[in-house]
Amino acid sequence: MAFAYTPGLRVAAVADILKTRRLPLKGQVLVKKGDIVSADTVVARTELPGNVKMLNIANILGVPSQDIHELLHVKEGDPIEEKGVLAQSKGLFGRFFRNTVRSPITGFFETFNEITGQAVLREPPIPVQIDAYVNGVVAEILPEEGVVISTHCTFVQGIFGIGGEVRGELKTIVESPDQEVMPDRITPECAGKILVGGSYISNATLRKAIAQGVKAVVVGGFDDKDLKELLGYDLGVAITGHEKKGITLILTEGFGRMTMAHGTFDLLKSREGMTASVNGATQIRAGVMRPEVVIPLPASEANLADQGHQAGAMDLGSFIRCIRAPYFGRLGKVTALPPELKVVDSEAKVRVLEVEFEEGGRAIVPRANVELIEK
Amino acid sequence: MAAREIKSILATDCGSTTTKSILIEWRDGRFRLIRRGEAPTTVEAPAEDVTKGVLNAVGEIEDLEGRQFLNDAKDGVLVSEDGSRGVDVYCSTSSAGGGLQMTVAGVVKSMTGESAQRAALGAGAIVMDVVASNDGRLPHEKVADIRRLRPDMILLSGGIDGGTMDHVVELAEIIRAADPKPRFGVGYKLPVIYAGNKDARKAVAEQLGETVELKIVDNLRPVLERENLSPARDTIHELFMEHVMAQAPGYAKLMEWTGLYENGKWRNVPIMPTPGAVGKLIETVAKQLGIHVMGVDIGGATTDVFSVFDSEGQPVFNRTVSANLGMSYSVSNVLASAGIDNVMRWVPFHMDEADLRNRIRNKMIRPTTIPQELEELIIEQAIAREALRLALVQHRELAVGLKGVAQERTIGDAFDQSSSGATLVDMMALDLLIGSGGVLSHAPRRCQTAHMLIDSFLPEGVTMLAVDSIFMMPHLGVLSEVHPQAATEVFDNDCLIKLGHCVAPAGPVKRGGSLAEVRMTMPDGSVKTESIDYGVMKHVPLGAGEKVKAEIVPAKGLDVGEGLGKVWTGTLEGGVVGLVLDGRGRRPFNLPEDDVKRVEKLQEWSAALNTYPERFLSLGGDR
Repeated sequence: MAFAYTPGLRVAAVADILKTRRLPLKGQVLVKKGDIVSADTVVARTELPGNVKMLNIANILGVPSQDIHELLHVKEGDPIEEKGVLAQSKGLFGRFFRNTVRSPITGFFETFNEITGQAVLREPPIPVQIDAYVNGVVAEILPEEGVVISTHCTFVQGIFGIGGEVRGELKTIVESPDQEVMPDRITPECAGKILVGGSYISNATLRKAIAQGVKAVVVGGFDDKDLKELLGYDLGVAITGHEKKGITLILTEGFGRMTMAHGTFDLLKSREGMTASVNGATQIRAGVMRPEVVIPLPASEANLADQGHQAGAMDLGSFIRCIRAPYFGRLGKVTALPPELKVVDSEAKVRVLEVEFEEGGRAIVPRANVELIEK
Repeated sequence: MAAREIKSILATDCGSTTTKSILIEWRDGRFRLIRRGEAPTTVEAPAEDVTKGVLNAVGEIEDLEGRQFLNDAKDGVLVSEDGSRGVDVYCSTSSAGGGLQMTVAGVVKSMTGESAQRAALGAGAIVMDVVASNDGRLPHEKVADIRRLRPDMILLSGGIDGGTMDHVVELAEIIRAADPKPRFGVGYKLPVIYAGNKDARKAVAEQLGETVELKIVDNLRPVLERENLSPARDTIHELFMEHVMAQAPGYAKLMEWTGLYENGKWRNVPIMPTPGAVGKLIETVAKQLGIHVMGVDIGGATTDVFSVFDSEGQPVFNRTVSANLGMSYSVSNVLASAGIDNVMRWVPFHMDEADLRNRIRNKMIRPTTIPQELEELIIEQAIAREALRLALVQHRELAVGLKGVAQERTIGDAFDQSSSGATLVDMMALDLLIGSGGVLSHAPRRCQTAHMLIDSFLPEGVTMLAVDSIFMMPHLGVLSEVHPQAATEVFDNDCLIKLGHCVAPAGPVKRGGSLAEVRMTMPDGSVKTESIDYGVMKHVPLGAGEKVKAEIVPAKGLDVGEGLGKVWTGTLEGGVVGLVLDGRGRRPFNLPEDDVKRVEKLQEWSAALNTYPERFLSLGGDR
């Protein structure tokens, strides 16, 4: 059970991060290895197959499916125009009462099936392009699929987010990590910015931020009932990132009123005024994707070592943070790792550790309820 | 190595969060569970290799047992030819990486669509979508949905043999137009199994052409009156191994590890999808004992329900998976599906709704944490009740007789409302209810498990409750393929823990009074009579293996298994919990609507079963 703990979310002052930018289907890569790119550089593009429209020509003409072929005015693969003739019945004496089937779309006549009498019409392809998302260097080309961008940055992972990728200047709007973001802090100067808050933001304040044109808010906690109100539905499965609410929201701690970890707050505050790329996409099952704040660093800081690598195995003296009641959010040092199972308040028999909190005092905590942090 | 020479077996289950390993050995003339180990599953980044988690989980058994089970290089499980080192057999199940995700298609949604769904579920898949000619979607919407969901595999069925071909060919057309891409691996074609009208095989093959990896099997509904699900199920298993598993990180390696030596030759044992293995075990138990069984496995992401009930005199196995009902990843979906009021009704103290919502959400975002405080445990068990209840609702809807079958009716049937398509789930006929999965298997008190099972499944009449001791039914399911005797012995001795019989009279009840009287001849020969009173739960101590002759006399208009008002005579068996006499009523079962009364009743029932330590009475705020 040496592994029975939650690896901490990454909070790194300086890190080299790789970001894979992959097309949904095969396509064309527009940059080459070693290219320096900015966040909005288009790095690859493709075309998604157009939507299909199915049309039962045999039914419309009232002719058996196997007889349709000779009535078709187009061949498989032909381009078609909206309202253009696809097929026409022979009518009376080849001239009167002829039924005509016209195309409802512009695109291509893909297939016709002689058994069902059905034609598949396809709209023109939908162009899709992806940008670099962060300033950096093209580290690898994934042929026909995309690229891997390497960026030297400050990197902060949140625990939960909504909304997709945005970019903007960082602005801290509270004095301390335990402070709630009050509505009066959302001023016209916040427009287009990524705001860093403290322990909590209410739905009303968040709506004000949306109205002011704020790009993103990074904050300790948010109420679930407010999330329901904001989204207009109760979020079921934790797969987010596609919400179109006019803002990206990243929670660093969780739901409820939660003081942002001091390390996270101080780090984001130290990057005041810098441009950050932010993504609220969260996927907790299969893939474990967490929301993130990526702040590319200037070349002057290029040779600093990575200060915030992923935590290793837990040991005596490891720094941890409690991630569940009753000690949620408290920081401390591991002082004992008893191998035997211990009974906790819920009467569950679990593997535990003893922690000495930073502000003093010791407690026994299930190992599953802490995350490792690097100091 | 012949089966009788096998003495040592290692089995793993690679779950979505944890990889669990067990060691089974021949000791004192029978197979017993010796050790259990676990480690986080490593199919995701940064490891992206499922075998790392397997090595860690097996490594834990090595540490505990002080023997070698990994090879010298520590990069594989040690299976020896002569039994001198390591183990004789290694086998595994897996649901990591989201398990097997399928889309099924059938012409009529409630007929071939439903049969296809049952075939896929029975094979251990999560059915993401049922596409049917009459599902109400326009063709382009079906195309968009197939494309968006990116299943691992598609099962296409439709039409009885010799029937019309148009609709099933049309479905093939839709699949072709969608040009679906598999979830894993860019470079391979999506497997599509065709199990429909045999006359349409050629047309379907022409339609799908080279765009997919097409496999044709016997029609799963050759005539309206009969399902033939085995060929489709077997092919799903085969393709799961060949295509899906082989693409998932590390599985190609793991697939080489699982097996045993037979007569000096290596024989590979295929990896089974976890739910497929559990289902196999439950089916075997029902068959061996000739009883009606239900099993429920509640995981972090999904809840599976398995049942064996009779249909026209024949036992029928059914499995459903509620893909988004679970206790960690999917816990918020339980809240979204059941509604906050339904979750809160099981909390035996007053609490603020906003607080409850935040707690549930925090469990979702940190799924591997466990309740340290009693209050948190009680809340998790309240959610579990709703997840289990909803999973049963879904199971009832799918575990049904074949729809669309013409039935001959006599005048007697005119008064019997059952029709084709009626659910096979009959809680009164249920003999054994088995719970499995973390929240049930690892509940600090076994009476909590019994209480959760009773509240959510509402068994009727006389039902034995049991729990999978440490969640090893998947391991035993795959083992039953290799060594049925070892699987059965470990299941009986170490896996299945009987909690005790639950007795619950069913039928419309009047408030107050007795619902039934239970007369028991106790092991010491004394006769004990207990009344099952309205709105009351009672616990009668009766230990594991202890049995009493009993007579249950229901009140007028109530049923305990023999019919309305008829006396039930038989044997009641105890367990680690004992007998539970449940007088809260069935059909309907209602909790008091008044909040204060509801909390009072929940506290009373919890106290009767000794579900929680007494201090739970002081939890929560005042109302």
